[in-house]
Amino acid sequence: MSSILIIEQILNGLQFGVMLFLMAAGLTLIFGVMGLINLAHGSLYMVGAFAAAAVAGATGSFLLALVAALAAAALAGAIVEMAVIRRLYKAPHLDQVLATFALILIFSEGTRWVFGSFPLFLDIPDALSGPVTLPGGIEYPLYRLTLIGIGLAVAVGLWALIERTRLGIQIRAGENDREMIAALGVDISKLYTLVFALGAALAGLAGALVGAIQSVQVGMGEPVLILAFVVIVIGGIGSVRGAFIGALLVGLTDTLGGVFLPELFKLFMDTGAAQKSGAALASMGIYVLMGMVLIWRPTGLFGARA
Amino acid sequence: MRLDEKYLNGLLIAGLLALPLWALVMDQPFTITLVTRAVILALAAVGLNIILGIGGMVSFGHAVFFGIGGYAMGILAYHAQTYTALDLGFFTTDGTKSMPVIWLMAMVTSGIVAFFIGLLSLRTSGVYFIMITLAFGQMFFYFAISWAQYGGEDGLSIYVRNDFPGLNTLMPIQFYAICFTLLCAVLFLFARLQASPFGLALNAARQTATRVETVGLNPMRLKLLAFVLSGAVTGLAGALFADLNRFVSPTMFSWQLSGELIVLIIIGGVGRLMGPVIGACVFVALEHFLGDLTEFWHVYLGVILLCIVLFGRGGLIGLLTGKEGAHV
Repeated sequence: MSSILIIEQILNGLQFGVMLFLMAAGLTLIFGVMGLINLAHGSLYMVGAFAAAAVAGATGSFLLALVAALAAAALAGAIVEMAVIRRLYKAPHLDQVLATFALILIFSEGTRWVFGSFPLFLDIPDALSGPVTLPGGIEYPLYRLTLIGIGLAVAVGLWALIERTRLGIQIRAGENDREMIAALGVDISKLYTLVFALGAALAGLAGALVGAIQSVQVGMGEPVLILAFVVIVIGGIGSVRGAFIGALLVGLTDTLGGVFLPELFKLFMDTGAAQKSGAALASMGIYVLMGMVLIWRPTGLFGARA
Repeated sequence: MRLDEKYLNGLLIAGLLALPLWALVMDQPFTITLVTRAVILALAAVGLNIILGIGGMVSFGHAVFFGIGGYAMGILAYHAQTYTALDLGFFTTDGTKSMPVIWLMAMVTSGIVAFFIGLLSLRTSGVYFIMITLAFGQMFFYFAISWAQYGGEDGLSIYVRNDFPGLNTLMPIQFYAICFTLLCAVLFLFARLQASPFGLALNAARQTATRVETVGLNPMRLKLLAFVLSGAVTGLAGALFADLNRFVSPTMFSWQLSGELIVLIIIGGVGRLMGPVIGACVFVALEHFLGDLTEFWHVYLGVILLCIVLFGRGGLIGLLTGKEGAHV
């Protein structure tokens, strides 16, 4: 196994990780500020991907497609927040799970109704297609490298937003004591809608970006959603920093496990059996990781609340 | 009109007896299969209701036990139909086509798995618990997909339904009788459990764990025991479900199924004896009739569910009896 392959796989893991971060950041913000568990987050990811695919198909511009994905997901998020989610903040978690599960059904089947069951395709823009040569002579797809860049930029932007702006102060205050900031004159319901739309926009962006390397289809959001759950459980629910660390851990574990576990098993098994058990174990790798983190810290790496 | 819950429960049981018999007389085996499906889903949801209704633990991964039950049946029957030995590592055995043995294996295996999942996930509560059980569900789902020996993604087909001594399980009505009897037995168990000291303590642990601890009981142990019981019952339902379809596949582990099991309970009413039963009947009816009308029946299911969560407390039983909560 060459070092080039290892570096390539690490980059793949990073790329997967930062895209998970875009999903997990919204989820964890929404939970941290509003105390809401949102299963329909994967549907917003799907909405973003479909909006991007539709706009790219109509105009041919990838940039417009991204804008459309952000706008459509944020809009869908704001509408859903005002129509349904708003009534759930004080409800028990069971009600939140069910109502957002119902939203998944409505979103998924609604999308199937509009776009049909066949997957759509979103092409990588010409300017970003093809490989680039990295220092050390590694050829790596430019688009995936761009995804890593966008993900890191969003992470920095989100950090700046939360730590350095007035909105960020309100978000942090909302996490700590929502009655108090309402008493201080902040329109709490507007803040909630804004945070929800922000989370939705991030999910939509992730959907559009990933949609270009996978196919855009109904049900694409749920596997990612569950991985994002694993991420925020590992990172600690409500912590954006935890979501970032957790996302990178999960991305790297999943990617590297899939490549290296079969290789590792080959050291003491015959090739066929090693391939099989390595693949089986790798698909469970992130859940094992989550289990270990939880034994060590039941509220996640950066989680404060029980 | 307000119905007493007792009469409502009696009516339901009578309906579940009368409908298949009517279908038998009218020679509509498909209706019997449909009711069998409802009864098996109800059984799985009664299992979940032990922890969700009495214990207040929202497990979003109960499909794990449903799937384990299914695979217990699938693996045993597969080895029996291919006449190959089942290698369990420390000893080998033949497969079996006998239902009671399969049920026992399904319940024991899901109980053991429930013990370990419970041990880990009960360290947490609230949202963490929901997400962890969901993640465990996915873990088993992906494991089943990559388990090439037993069909991987394609699943396993069993050619002939398993045997029960003295009955011809190939007749829909006789297989229904088995499932219905098991459901009644488990419902009886659930009712006894709810009224037993254990059930009351579990209920108390849901409301205030600290108080339970103060009187000298260990809430963790109570919850874990309930979790194991719940897993075993759902595992039994899984074995029956696999037998009904004569097919097991990783979809039995899917998170949608976990969600649907919760939905069944919510439609009927959380913590009610017959909540899961009425929920399963309504769900299967909706699936059948709305599914006939439109391919996109899940949209309507979603809207109905949303209305129940937002406006209707206490589910259908709450609506019919005029009592919102089960714990009054």
